[in-house]
Amino acid sequence: MADNVTPRVRVPREAAAGETITIKTLISHPMESGQRKDGDGNVIPRSIINRFTCEFNSEMVIDVTFEPAISTNPFLEFEAVVPESGTFVFTWYDDDSSVYTDSKDIAVN
Amino acid sequence: MKKTLLSASAVCLAMAVPFGSVMADENADLIINGELEITVRAPAPAHMEGTGISEIMSGWVFRATETQAFEMDDFENPGMIFTEAAIDAWNTVEGEAGESCASCHGTPEDMAGVSAVYPRWNEGAGEVRTMTTQINDCRTEQMGAEAWDYDKNDMLNMQALLASVSRGMPVDVAIDGPAAETWEMGRELYYTRTGQLDLSCANCHEQNYGNLIRADHLSQGMINGFPTYRLKNARLNGVHSRFRGCVRDTRAETYSVGSPEFVALELYVASRGNGLSVEGPSVRN
Repeated sequence: MADNVTPRVRVPREAAAGETITIKTLISHPMESGQRKDGDGNVIPRSIINRFTCEFNSEMVIDVTFEPAISTNPFLEFEAVVPESGTFVFTWYDDDSSVYTDSKDIAVN
Repeated sequence: MKKTLLSASAVCLAMAVPFGSVMADENADLIINGELEITVRAPAPAHMEGTGISEIMSGWVFRATETQAFEMDDFENPGMIFTEAAIDAWNTVEGEAGESCASCHGTPEDMAGVSAVYPRWNEGAGEVRTMTTQINDCRTEQMGAEAWDYDKNDMLNMQALLASVSRGMPVDVAIDGPAAETWEMGRELYYTRTGQLDLSCANCHEQNYGNLIRADHLSQGMINGFPTYRLKNARLNGVHSRFRGCVRDTRAETYSVGSPEFVALELYVASRGNGLSVEGPSVRN
């Protein structure tokens, strides 16, 4: 169980129709790889975010598989085209089956 | 889908790999969030006359362009994550007295400027105190709580929070009066060669800053940006731990974290940065 997992997202508040915007996401997470050992030589169990998705008005924007080599507190930056006003929903899936979500509205004018 | 996956992984991997051979933009200016101007170059303080350094520079100046960029936006600065954890600790009542940091000090923003003047002489205690010893004094004496370990997570998070509210303010460490003796001791240590490699702090950070030591770009060894988020270990690092790493790299037995020697060295090194902005939590490789 990962502690203090907090998702953060930055999306512009507004955009022109059809504009390409940049989205930045960050989630605090230890991303324990499962390769390390503790002081007694026992393997520390893997505990990572294994999947991230971003949907816009229920349409999938990006669906990413995370692997153990990805660093602590994974930061993801990507672009999206916004055709209309709506809501971005971001979802992170944890190995321990926890799911973290955040959402941001964007107004197209 | 495959393509998306690859490019997303590439972004994450790029963060994890510090790339020493990429040279810095040494003329860049640091503005955080597009509004907070940070002084990364300043005239050397008077006590540095004779050192050959006329302009002091933050370590930020020496880092690669990509590393520099991390610090220009709080969202991208991985060190800022830790300040959020510290805000929780700030408001948490701990210890027998039933107090939290907040019950005496209000908001973290009320502590703006504190990081800029530490280490500092404490009259009551009759010693020079670092932020760490002062925070722990609060915890044990005022709150009746347990002290936090020197340079460990809870302590570094809190120091990062207190530094972050002082960002942009000039470092102004007092070196005269009762602190002078400790400061002299720190200066002595700065110029003392240690280890099998027979190196002093000055050999690298005064005489060779800007040069490469193998793949690393030597800075002036300023500590205005501490606690520092280092890409090499993906967490906050304290000043004394950094000193330890440096002394160890000279192949010497190091002083321990929190020792009087390192407190003195911290005071001296901090005073070499008088005039630079408080910059913590900074991002370095």
